[in-house]
Amino acid sequence: MAEAGGDVEPLHRALGLTDEELDRVIDILGREPNHLELAMYAVMWSEHCSYKSSRVHLARLPTEGPGVLVGPGENAGVLDVGDGIAVAIRIESHNHPSAVEPHQGAATGVGGIIRDIFTMGARPLALMDPLFFGPLDQPRQRWLFEGVVGGIAAYGNAVGVPTVGGELTFDPAYSQNPLVNVLCMGALPIARLVLGRASGPGNLVVLLGAPTGRDGIGGVSVLASAGFAGSDGAGPADQAKRPSVQVADPYEEKRLIEACLELLDLGLVVAVQDLGGAGLTCAASETAARGGVGMELDLSAVPRRAAGMASWEVMTSESQERMLAIVAPEHWDALVEVCARWEVRAAVVGRVTEPEPAAGRPVGRLRVREHPGGPVVADVPAASLADGAPRYRRPMAPPADLASRRAAGPEALPPPADCTADLLALAGDAAWVWRQYDHQLFLNTVVGPGGDAALLRLAGPGLPASRRGVALTTDANPRWCAVDPRAGTALLVAEAVANLACVGARAIAVVNCCNFGNPEHPEVMWQLSEAIDGMAEACTALGLPVVGGNVSLYNESGGVDIPPTPVIGGLGVVERLERRPPGTGWAAGSTVVLLHPPGPPDLTLGGSRWAVERRGQRTGTLPALDLAAHRRVASLVAELVGAEVAGGGGLVDAVHDVSAGGLGLALAEMAVAAGVGARLGGLAGHAELFTEAPSRVVVATTRPAELAARAAAAGVGARVLGEAGGDVLVVDDVVEVELAALCAAAAGAIPAALGEAGWGR
Amino acid sequence: MAPRVGVVVFPGTNCEHDVVLALERVGADAELVWHAATRLDHLDAVVVPGGFAHGDYLRPGALARFSPVMGALSRFAAVGGPVVGICNGFQVLTEAGLLPGALQKNRDLRFMCGPVSVTVASSRSVLTRAVPAGTELLLAINNFDGSYVCTPETLAQLRDEDRVVLRYCQNPNGSLDDIAGICNRAGNVVGLMPHPERASSELLGSTDGLVLLRSLVGVGVP
Amino acid sequence: MRFAARVEVRLRPGIADPEGATIERALPALGFEDVSALATGRVFRFEVEAATEARARERAEALAGALLANPVLEEASVSVCSLEA
Repeated sequence: MAEAGGDVEPLHRALGLTDEELDRVIDILGREPNHLELAMYAVMWSEHCSYKSSRVHLARLPTEGPGVLVGPGENAGVLDVGDGIAVAIRIESHNHPSAVEPHQGAATGVGGIIRDIFTMGARPLALMDPLFFGPLDQPRQRWLFEGVVGGIAAYGNAVGVPTVGGELTFDPAYSQNPLVNVLCMGALPIARLVLGRASGPGNLVVLLGAPTGRDGIGGVSVLASAGFAGSDGAGPADQAKRPSVQVADPYEEKRLIEACLELLDLGLVVAVQDLGGAGLTCAASETAARGGVGMELDLSAVPRRAAGMASWEVMTSESQERMLAIVAPEHWDALVEVCARWEVRAAVVGRVTEPEPAAGRPVGRLRVREHPGGPVVADVPAASLADGAPRYRRPMAPPADLASRRAAGPEALPPPADCTADLLALAGDAAWVWRQYDHQLFLNTVVGPGGDAALLRLAGPGLPASRRGVALTTDANPRWCAVDPRAGTALLVAEAVANLACVGARAIAVVNCCNFGNPEHPEVMWQLSEAIDGMAEACTALGLPVVGGNVSLYNESGGVDIPPTPVIGGLGVVERLERRPPGTGWAAGSTVVLLHPPGPPDLTLGGSRWAVERRGQRTGTLPALDLAAHRRVASLVAELVGAEVAGGGGLVDAVHDVSAGGLGLALAEMAVAAGVGARLGGLAGHAELFTEAPSRVVVATTRPAELAARAAAAGVGARVLGEAGGDVLVVDDVVEVELAALCAAAAGAIPAALGEAGWGR
Repeated sequence: MAPRVGVVVFPGTNCEHDVVLALERVGADAELVWHAATRLDHLDAVVVPGGFAHGDYLRPGALARFSPVMGALSRFAAVGGPVVGICNGFQVLTEAGLLPGALQKNRDLRFMCGPVSVTVASSRSVLTRAVPAGTELLLAINNFDGSYVCTPETLAQLRDEDRVVLRYCQNPNGSLDDIAGICNRAGNVVGLMPHPERASSELLGSTDGLVLLRSLVGVGVP
Repeated sequence: MRFAARVEVRLRPGIADPEGATIERALPALGFEDVSALATGRVFRFEVEAATEARARERAEALAGALLANPVLEEASVSVCSLEA
């Protein structure tokens, strides 16, 4: 019953549906929806679940490619990586929950992404966490930062999935809206691949895992689809949202993983689907819609943690660590046995039903009863919940001052009096974070956090033997994307490919997590559209399918949007992994060579850390990206390092790509990793030290002539910068710094920031 | 015949497959043993691996010690069967009273994962019998509650009876007397916080853990 | 005057308590079939200098709200008693 008149806000609006959306529901049903149905449409048609503002843009991304077994639209992208093994990968955001309760918010984010991976039949093998906070000199930021890192550690470590890398950005632009993204990679024997599709009318619909409580009721629509009212997420309106926070239980999830993988191995389930945002409503309607069938649910059979829950609460609860399984009745007893052993609850909550005749093609209906044989309390076409949300082509507009912003480049700034001081200020080591993460479980981690990319053996319990490796990276750069979302996002894709190459891997696919502001602001929609175009251009040119994505909008506080923050997750493959890659630390006596695109250096400084963090200038243009040249550089590096990890080579002593912080920071990081300085030169002043121009990789070698010949043959420039050795890093005319000072600056950055006066909410 | 080594799995254990892999590298025939098992007498040795048995809820190891397998494990140990608890397994063995003392939160109150250097302090345990005292090994730690603590009397006893098996070269967590591993009086029950299996191949950066596991399975023992 | 304060922090009603639930599940095996509704929490003890007991309680409650408990998840109960003879 839609609440009648008066001056009370109509129910559909309180639930976040517009008048037009309500009309659409009425059209679909041919009648007014009741309270329960309205709640179901509200959660499923929320921005978070329906992608209603972004779908028209996401459609422009390339999604096909060799090896793609499952593209976007399922729980995770899946790729055939050879040897009978497939890799499943997905990335997601948990921004709003983490802003309210950092520990549980981050932990439940990890739990959710892991369920997306084992839903496909894959054993979750690795996590990565791109994180964005305000500066740590604010007590609230320290509380958020320590809470989020602690939550990721507590959950990931206990659930038994190593966290092998991530990204860490501190920028005042995130003070009100921290971003917490998480990527998960899993692997499976190809034969175990399952899709989240219900089939077989008469099959049982089974809930596995934790009982259902009032956790996160309406969390999806309330938390994720409206900006925070207060400026700091702590205003009165936000207090009211607080009951929506969920508690994570990694122990339950660990048992769920083992039980579900065993059920899939034994062929006891037709499909499994995790319960995430929008809970049972989402899992039931999506599996039914994908399978083209209907479903009947009996809510009295849903195990509850709280007494007196209303039907709409049961249908939209976001209690964690739950899975929906579709089971043939003859397999029920065997399923119960497996679940009992893992101490996992299993309850039959419904049945799969035949699609019913309708105008056009048959329609699977989702019917809900409160008791067996009781009256139907909700009756809707399943696909209308899952796929029927309106798609908005929201107004877009570039910022009015775009031209003047681009004209004012940091190249005009006076050169620093002391480049060394600027370089030291940019140095920072995230080890404080990743030492809290188990990054070694499964004995796969050949290169862990802190490298250009993580490099893992392609191995795990239940997988066929393989000598291959997989590489993972996450890349983000809000400084670039704020200057130019299109070029910035293309640079991120290029950066991911270069990072993978530095551990010897050939990039085969990407996933993306698009963190943006309020889509009702035309400038934000322009940013999103531009970012997607930049991603599409780069992925097409580099031959990379986009196999999954997540969009997080409404990252705004007090009317101020975050800078556009697309995050790229890159997946690469090493054909033969026999030896550890050279890493970033050079050896004394090695010649330091810069591989680069042919032609003179690009000295553009727009969007660089130097310009933004050291000079406060966020305007200008980004360095140019020549995708063909980039492909040549990355292929050469992947080939050279690939030969090293295959057990041959001998040409590369150390390798590191140039990215945020520029060549200066790349060289400093190599010196710190090695504990060995260098005497280098020939740079065009501070501009070449700090420009973040793409497609450049530093290689240390004892055979420079051979390296130069290989580069020339590949159409890649190679410039000798100097020689490694000593305990001072010298770049003629620009930098001279003791190695010890460099190491102290890098290692001390985070502990020093946290060592101050504690944190506070 | 290859020695048969059981690797105990509680709900929440997560290092069992890694330990099996490393044991196979030293020639053992490793098998997983579910925590409901009540017989271990067909085995030559038992490893209680790392992870979060029963979620580590209440205290690490506190609920695991009530699993049925623990009775069998006590009997196996009582007749001299080699038993090694790694990380969470060490915590389980102390909660079960098979080893003295307890593991408390790390000095910095944070989870710690990374390489760690240890020195073999005694060669009289099943885990170190093939390794000369004084040998330095590069292993890995991965824990929140890794700081060993016991009464002064117990510490004196451990020292007098040569039961400190491994010591940290640089104490990472405030552990008493730099203790990284201890054994029972007979030397057949060993608990250690570092993970030997995480130092079991060149690809991982160290093979030092293999010398410990070789000791356990009897390869290279004089 | 000095007061001893005791703050018990526990999960708010309706919030999942996986640790409590896991401990409770282990109890029947130990012969505690008669125990139920087990819940976890934390206790903090500290001393407060204040003019009156009411003021000491106010300070302890402020500390509980600002730091010891996260109101998103938890609630706190505070007890205070004088340490003066």
